[in-house]
Amino acid sequence: MAEEVKVFRTWSSPFAFRVVWALQFKGVPYENIYEDLSEKSSLLLHYNPIHKKVPVLVHNGKPLAESLVILEYIEETWKQTPLFPEDPYERATARFWARFGDDQVLPSVFGVFIKQGKEREEAIVTAHGNLKYLEEELRGKKFFSGEKIGFLDLAFGWVANLVSVFEEIQGLTLIDHEKYPLLLAWIQNFMDDPIIKESWPPRDKLITKYQALLGSFIPKEAAEK
Amino acid sequence: MAKSEVKLLGAWPSPFVMRPRIALNIKAVEYDFLEETFGSKSQLLLQSNPVHKKIPVLIHADKPICESLIIVQYIDEVWTSAPSILPSDPYDRAIQRFWAAYVDDKFFPTMRGISAAQGEEAKKAVVEQVAEALALLEEAFGKCSKGKAFFGGDRIGLLDIAFGSMLGWLRVTEKTNGLKLLDEAKTPGLAKWADRFCADAAVKGVMPETEKLAEFSKVLMAKMRGAPPPK
Repeated sequence: MAEEVKVFRTWSSPFAFRVVWALQFKGVPYENIYEDLSEKSSLLLHYNPIHKKVPVLVHNGKPLAESLVILEYIEETWKQTPLFPEDPYERATARFWARFGDDQVLPSVFGVFIKQGKEREEAIVTAHGNLKYLEEELRGKKFFSGEKIGFLDLAFGWVANLVSVFEEIQGLTLIDHEKYPLLLAWIQNFMDDPIIKESWPPRDKLITKYQALLGSFIPKEAAEK
Repeated sequence: MAKSEVKLLGAWPSPFVMRPRIALNIKAVEYDFLEETFGSKSQLLLQSNPVHKKIPVLIHADKPICESLIIVQYIDEVWTSAPSILPSDPYDRAIQRFWAAYVDDKFFPTMRGISAAQGEEAKKAVVEQVAEALALLEEAFGKCSKGKAFFGGDRIGLLDIAFGSMLGWLRVTEKTNGLKLLDEAKTPGLAKWADRFCADAAVKGVMPETEKLAEFSKVLMAKMRGAPPPK
């Protein structure tokens, strides 16, 4: 049977980028199906009735949701260009940091972007508390996965394209040269990779999108001043 | 392998700690169960899991592995000569991982929310959410089990472990709040599966009795009420 791989996504979803990057590294042809999240297609709702979110991978008609679950499926289905470590302990470690990234790092960085005043000050402390682990994990390594880009780099890909957007919009620096030399080097190396470059969210579009998003988060007190 | 090669930091009431214990039982791996004292964290725990400072932590040949579902998958990948915990087909594996994540991200916080809910209306709303989650899991059970005894088929698998470990606290929640959540009428598949799961050889010794857990729950509630108010 001819292989059919579809990715339901938006142009900006960081979780969807993980999936398409993984497919690209493995040379798996796929079709992008772009969704408008304000008007989700009946097909998306059919394929992901539980969460109703992107990304959804549909392989020969069989749907899968949740990007980290999808990455494991991609690894197990297309065995060329392994993205996960072979050693079970290293694999467990990579899975641990990927969950930490989604459960702690991403929300804390987003918190810095969204919050204001004293809440932001606290959010910055929390974000640094999380980001320092990323810096430590890069010690002695070019990428989180070692010499080459792998699963954990894809999981942290949002750091390479979203953080600087948040920083620019809010006029602050979170990932600075003093505290995060390794992370900054990683961001550059990640962005420079030819396969990663094949799918990259346009920066100007990201700025417009997140500026608009910020507008919808203005707290009541600030709006009433 | 010497027993001291494998240590598990944990506590008997924790559903998350139960997961690696069940997995180690399935693999017939002997281990030292190092129980944390309720209300304090040992030096070993703080050293082994500095990021979250939580149980369970598996320590295998002095290397720590954290996060219960990650530990279970590690156990499956290391002790390969014993029965598998995940199925062999990538799609089936993904479905089990998907629902295991659902149990942790959606089911567990919602179930815990029943006791925390203030007032009858709020409680009713959370109970309704739990009922909806159980209906989804009932459907998932039908699809995953394909007519067999467990989510994993003939034998307990990842999703059985992930969801089954919640049964103790589910029963305590029912008892404390005078509710029937796992209802033979509404979720017949799950109701029968729950009994089979708890009776399984790998589970029996580590699933606490509802009475004992209910007693502990009272102690836990009292401690939480007595704790200083947050800033």
